[in-house]
Amino acid sequence: MNEKKEALRIEILKYIEKHSRVDLGELAVLLGVNETDVANEMAEMEKEKIICGYHTLIDWDRAGVEMVTALIEVRVTPQRDLGFDRIAERIYNYPEVYAVYLISGSYDLLVTLEGKTLKEVSRFVSERLSPIDEVLSTATHFILKKYKDHGTIMVPHKESERMLVTL
Amino acid sequence: MRNPLSKKIIDIQPSGIRKFFDVANEMEDAISLGVGEPDFDTPWRIREEGIFTLEKGKTFYTSNAGLQELRNEICRYLERKIHVSYDPKHETLVTVGGSEAIDIGLRCMLDPGDEVLLPQPSYVSYLPCTIMADGVPVVIPLQYENQFKLTVEDLEKYVTPKSKVLIMPFPNNPTGSIMTKEDLEPVAEFVREHDLYVISDEIYSELTYGTEHVSIASLPGMRERTVVINGFSKGFAMTGWRLGYCCGPAAIIEQMTKLHQFAIMCAPTNSQYAAVEGLRNCEDEVQEMRRSYNQRRRFLMNEFKSMGLECFEPFGAFYVFPSIREFGMSSEEFAERLLMEEKVAVVPGTAFGECGEGFLRISYAYSIDDLKEALGRVRKFIYRLKEEKEA
Repeated sequence: MNEKKEALRIEILKYIEKHSRVDLGELAVLLGVNETDVANEMAEMEKEKIICGYHTLIDWDRAGVEMVTALIEVRVTPQRDLGFDRIAERIYNYPEVYAVYLISGSYDLLVTLEGKTLKEVSRFVSERLSPIDEVLSTATHFILKKYKDHGTIMVPHKESERMLVTL
Repeated sequence: MRNPLSKKIIDIQPSGIRKFFDVANEMEDAISLGVGEPDFDTPWRIREEGIFTLEKGKTFYTSNAGLQELRNEICRYLERKIHVSYDPKHETLVTVGGSEAIDIGLRCMLDPGDEVLLPQPSYVSYLPCTIMADGVPVVIPLQYENQFKLTVEDLEKYVTPKSKVLIMPFPNNPTGSIMTKEDLEPVAEFVREHDLYVISDEIYSELTYGTEHVSIASLPGMRERTVVINGFSKGFAMTGWRLGYCCGPAAIIEQMTKLHQFAIMCAPTNSQYAAVEGLRNCEDEVQEMRRSYNQRRRFLMNEFKSMGLECFEPFGAFYVFPSIREFGMSSEEFAERLLMEEKVAVVPGTAFGECGEGFLRISYAYSIDDLKEALGRVRKFIYRLKEEKEA
């Protein structure tokens, strides 16, 4: 890939990471390039799975919807030839599982789970996760408050104190 | 009773648009394109360092010239950015904003009657500071046709045997104009030929687009003729911390340090510690802000083009300087009507010198969303003016 194309891709990605709903014409203006070029690059990156989706960051609390998020540390025995991948797959295929990461340190997998109630989450852990043969142990942490998520500060922001006109 | 005031001070004209500013600043529902400072908060690691040093009780005076640690970092930074080496002990002074450096620099370099070549439109303090230093300001009106760059032809018209100092205000507030190496070379030659000194106000040096800032001090034979002024307000989004600096030949900096000692003592200690952190670890944050400004700049240029407002493309600072000459009213009239009719505050070009007549300074130190709202109103106003003109 030539340098210019790569630079454009990075510029696009950096922008849409925070503003995924931007109008393509506007994005082209901001980056000083053609709208067609932006559209083509984005289509290509979608195909290449560099862009994996366009999601919305929602404060469910504020929407008045009960939602419990748990972080579960999982220790597992890796399998010959497959390492952790097969076990990870067994876990990430559950729709209530939000994220699965392989982690360095004192445990192996970090599983993020979203459920309606504490009970639903704990049932998942005891009935689905723990019984997997390779799972040695789990430790579940419930999230009490989200201060910052996906790089966005969730608590209300202060008003600017700048004067309207200064030289 | 005698008049308590000095004639020199009374004779300095207050900024004529003060009243306009007061009206704008008090209008509750006005939105503004009129600020001269970043919309970004100071990067957190700088603020955190400020908090940390307060907690540790680092609240005493520093040496007059500033923390040695900070002066070392400033010199390393300038070496990296403008490729000029300064001695952090004898050629570097930490000041209360770039503004203090402008003031004491002129005081140190001027004898009564010495002339200061002052390109305008430019920041408002050069002229009164020249007068306070008993110098004679000689205004050089820059041309729209030259994208408000300074040319040798301009200089030749205004230089006299009494000319001593040339102010170089680039990247420029209010025009956004920059001087490239090619633009600077003939100016530097002119300066050497006429044995002038330069005060180069480079406070917007971090904010150039598509090209890196070039300092006139980096050109051959110019280091010994130039005082470089810079600071943390714009590039590091630290306006309220009041911290700037200047570097130049030891003979000048020594005298400036003397004045600074008597008038100021030292720049705020807390700000100095925070700035060390800024110079060491904030390159990413600074570049990220620059990227944002550049996007807004493009957005603004595109909007002006589409609403038919004439403007040259500026590559520095965070201002554009569109022309409103086609509407047949003064900058101030235009700004007043825009404020009253659409509640958008902009700064008339005349705030930065008479040759700013016919232009507006529009700041893009705002989020894209804010710019959209404001420019929607400007567009409405422009269309109305065009209709009026046709009717």
